[in-house]
Amino acid sequence: MKQPILAIQNLSAAVEGRQILKGINLTIYPGEMHAIMGPNGSGKSTLAAILAGREGYQITGGEVIYCGQDLLALDPEERACEGVFLAFQYPVEIPGVNSTYFLKAAYNEIRKHRGLPELDAMDFLTFVKEKVKLLHLPEDLLKRPVNYGFSGGEKKRNEIFQMAVLEPKFAILDETDSGLDIDALKIVAHGVTTLKRPDNAQLVITHYQRLLNFIVPDFVHVLYDGRIVKSGGKELAFELEGTGYDGMINAAAVPA
Amino acid sequence: MNISKTKPNVALAKRVTELSLNHKELEASRRNADEPAWLLSARKVGRVRFAELGLPTLRDEDWRFTNVAPIAVMVFKPRLGPAHHGVTKKVLNQFPFTALAGGQLVFVNGQFAPELSSLAPLPEGVKVMSLAAALAKVPALVEPHLCRHTSTDTNAFTALNTAFFQDGAFIHVPAGQAVAEPIHLLFISTAKDHGTTVHPRNLIVAESYSRVTVIESYLSLCDTAYFTNSVTELVAADNAVVEHLKFQDENRQAFHIATVAAHCGSASNVVTHSIALGAKLSRTNIYATLAGEGLECILNGLYLTRGEQLADHYMVVDHAQPHGASHEYFNGILADKSKGVFHGRILVRPGAQKTDAKQTNKNLLLSDDATADTKPQLEIYADDVKCTHGATIGQLNDESIFYLRSRGIPREKARRMLIHAFAGEIIDRVRCAAVRQELDRLVWDRLEQNQQIAGNP
Repeated sequence: MKQPILAIQNLSAAVEGRQILKGINLTIYPGEMHAIMGPNGSGKSTLAAILAGREGYQITGGEVIYCGQDLLALDPEERACEGVFLAFQYPVEIPGVNSTYFLKAAYNEIRKHRGLPELDAMDFLTFVKEKVKLLHLPEDLLKRPVNYGFSGGEKKRNEIFQMAVLEPKFAILDETDSGLDIDALKIVAHGVTTLKRPDNAQLVITHYQRLLNFIVPDFVHVLYDGRIVKSGGKELAFELEGTGYDGMINAAAVPA
Repeated sequence: MNISKTKPNVALAKRVTELSLNHKELEASRRNADEPAWLLSARKVGRVRFAELGLPTLRDEDWRFTNVAPIAVMVFKPRLGPAHHGVTKKVLNQFPFTALAGGQLVFVNGQFAPELSSLAPLPEGVKVMSLAAALAKVPALVEPHLCRHTSTDTNAFTALNTAFFQDGAFIHVPAGQAVAEPIHLLFISTAKDHGTTVHPRNLIVAESYSRVTVIESYLSLCDTAYFTNSVTELVAADNAVVEHLKFQDENRQAFHIATVAAHCGSASNVVTHSIALGAKLSRTNIYATLAGEGLECILNGLYLTRGEQLADHYMVVDHAQPHGASHEYFNGILADKSKGVFHGRILVRPGAQKTDAKQTNKNLLLSDDATADTKPQLEIYADDVKCTHGATIGQLNDESIFYLRSRGIPREKARRMLIHAFAGEIIDRVRCAAVRQELDRLVWDRLEQNQQIAGNP
């Protein structure tokens, strides 16, 4: 049987003593794209943060197995080197750090971890320029400080660009669609779709159904109050659009 | 003027008398040097003024964060006679900016060292020489400016320098001339005794439509507690473009007090950088007089301190005419128990309409024991102006560190990248590429060294 890329088993977590995740179960296999939808405060971003290794969360139960190893035992940089990538909901502006320099440092850390030789500046530039072209992004992105002075849309596109360069095995997109106009949304969706491969997986976290007009997930999960209350295929997103979260949750609550 | 505010105490008054006595021999030698009457009279004013002012104390508002008592209790020993310093050209190579194409004037313990100095060929009419030589050879170029752009009224150290300076550099760029390569003025101390005192005095004059880049660096070949008290007068006439950088990396026992007084003419463009890495106590006073219309003046600075170092920057930007733009950017990176001080005063005089003045001071504290004092001071007497100021004191942003780590960069490397970037904001404003690259390397090396010494994980 195929090994899952990610297996979340009964994961519970708290922030400052407040229970946010209350037993999440989710298994993702290579080649799959999953979407998690849910209202504000349901725990979507907490889940993304815990998977990427942000500090400040207490794991109160359960485990996360990533490609056969205990993900939660790894530092954020180790997770990145093992192929985990988080596209931030709010990408951080880092004035003074040049984008190309930053990406080259990250890329080479990951190569080093995999026992590959580091790329020199020239080879790396050639490599990133291909990625820029692939995603139809402006080349001046490479010369600017990381996210500094970027518009909201540019920041989100930059996240997708980094994902294209770092070629993760498992990417989490945390509300990458929020705050985007329709053109930016299309570019992001194009990027995500382009980067989908049979040997990697993506977890798209979103509040709105509209992103799913452009990218088609294999599975949709509805997160509510720290639990996945409903899972299904892409039709679940459309159903959700009809009923709203309240309608679906009330319906789901009955058998429980 | 309020003299009583800075009334020296008895002990201090004694030091001042002693100081004057110690400098007597120096004065006697000067009388023989045939200095022009106007200079002798300026010196006298400086000497009298210094005796009146005494050294500042913490009660003096402009010095409230920086205690110069350690300087006051020093036995000042002025450097006299020809120096047998033992500095060779080979030794110079270890100092920064000595490989730049423009060449340098070298001063050892305040005295010009012609045998160590060499300059690239200069454009027609450009004069670069020691100030003492200039007073003898081209007094007509010196007299209109020397001692005209600094005030001895309120600054005791400037008064002291004016009274007792021996030498320094003189640069004169005639109208319309451009000096392509940066001119380096290198001040080296080899002081064998604690208290050795030098008062370098520099005059840089860029006539209208001229262009020049000057680096002043202050470095040590000794570990004694000596005292540098420098004054640089910088004149940018109308439409002149001047880049000036003071690089201070004296030994960590030394005291460094410096004044840079810039006089900026109409439509001139002046940028002066101050990089403070060394000394036990350093204080850089920058006075920018924006005397013409439509000019731009940038004051840009970086201070890195560790141990118990103190780096103080004090500046007054005087907008005297309309349509002037001034920007001050100062970043401090403070480790261990060190201290950074920033005091920025912007004065907009009546009639200086359409002034655009900005001031930013950012401090990065790398330890719980480091401190930063920052004091913006805006005095605005015109009604159609834009003046902004901002100051921050903080630690590295956790969110930024997490962002870098989430891309595979280890924590310690992420920290260093961010610290370097913080310094880079200032270094990037250095326009001369060769200087910028060298400075970048110097600061990076120093940051790495400081990190190691601080014993960070």
